[in-house]
Amino acid sequence: MLAKRIIPCLDVKNGQTVKGTNFLNLRHAGDPVELGRTYSEQGADELVFLDITASHEGRKTFADMVERVAAEISIPFTVGGGISELRDVEAMLNAGADKVSINSAALRRPELIDEIAHHFGSQVCVVAIDAKQDEQGWTCYLNGGRIPTQRGLFEWAYEANQRGAGEILFTSMNHDGVKTGFANEALNRLSQELTIPVIASGGAGSMEHFRDAFILGQADAALAASVFHFAEISIPDLKRYLSQQGINVRMQETLLKERESH
Amino acid sequence: MNVAVVKYNAGNIYSVIHALQRMGVKPVLTDDPEDLQKADKVLFPGQGEASHAMRYLREHRLDEVICNLKQPILGICIGQQLMCRHSEEGDVDCLGIFETDVLRFQPQRHEDKVPHMGWNDLKVHTPKSSPDELFQGFHNGEFVYFVHSFYVPLCPWTIAETEYILPFSAALHRDNFYATQFHPEKSGSVGERILKNFLAL
Repeated sequence: MLAKRIIPCLDVKNGQTVKGTNFLNLRHAGDPVELGRTYSEQGADELVFLDITASHEGRKTFADMVERVAAEISIPFTVGGGISELRDVEAMLNAGADKVSINSAALRRPELIDEIAHHFGSQVCVVAIDAKQDEQGWTCYLNGGRIPTQRGLFEWAYEANQRGAGEILFTSMNHDGVKTGFANEALNRLSQELTIPVIASGGAGSMEHFRDAFILGQADAALAASVFHFAEISIPDLKRYLSQQGINVRMQETLLKERESH
Repeated sequence: MNVAVVKYNAGNIYSVIHALQRMGVKPVLTDDPEDLQKADKVLFPGQGEASHAMRYLREHRLDEVICNLKQPILGICIGQQLMCRHSEEGDVDCLGIFETDVLRFQPQRHEDKVPHMGWNDLKVHTPKSSPDELFQGFHNGEFVYFVHSFYVPLCPWTIAETEYILPFSAALHRDNFYATQFHPEKSGSVGERILKNFLAL
């Protein structure tokens, strides 16, 4: 049976990982390749590296980092941040990334999704959506959650699906950084309405939150950053817990042996 | 050891090369028939579209070369599919090493998303009570990484199966020809063990 995935996300600025709380206040958390390798050894199913550098040199540093990740880490990884045209996608795939995540560029020019799907296949195209809920409903935001758009979450996610996105990475801005759980209602609706996997993002604070995203939210994968970076939740503990809760997760060899002996 | 990786118009070949390098092997990436013939082991990886890939192989005479190799060769993902008789993808005749056809997944329920992408568990076949050499040291229930929309049905050469929509061939073996639908090069330590087993054949 296909496993539900646990995905640590590493925000990278000038070659170092950082993590914002509600997209502001950045704190340091180490070398991205080292951290990625540690997560891989602990049983992370995929990794996401987001480039939050604005400068040209920073971009070059990021591309070098992608090559190092590809050379050193043996699980799939996605890269995102600043990808706005086909050429950027090609550069990241050539550097060894398995998938690319596009966000603002897709909202500005949705045809980019069709182009990526056509040239490289849907499986490489992750469409990331930052959305915020108010009385009117869920609205999509541009530029890391700074600029509101006229697009609603559900209609945009559906359009991305139709255009050939391989996965939707949905971040709830209401939940991000506050550690009170994922946006399970919205996740559930996305799962029902889309024909591609949905990755839950924003809000992980406890192991129960992951369980809820998979059971209530019907998410295919859950992404988190600070709970992993600051070792508040360890991936082996989380996998063990989810397995006990009846959720199909990929168990590492040591955990399999443990399960057999019980 | 002299390891060759078949160079053709498929994507994602570098992840196999990286995986081999992590294991201390320096493979050559080549479409030169002679280099392929004299290698100790050959890998035939990649992601792509079957009819385009077959056209390239035929134009470069690599179809005959691959079929006539005597040393162990491992097809990965599209490599496995190209080693079969025919593929529904582009309705193309393939290499025919495994006498079986490649079919497209037909979703049955809303949850059946295509491509089949992610980590799924393997059921390794154990004829004569032991698994194939490729799966030595493999623990039942271990997961490997898949990305594909077409599959090889269960057939006489199936050495491991996985269930997604239906049970299908996760790995095949006939004589010196080995193939996996999943990506050992992206399957963490489990995948590395499978690659090591192949190199040790």
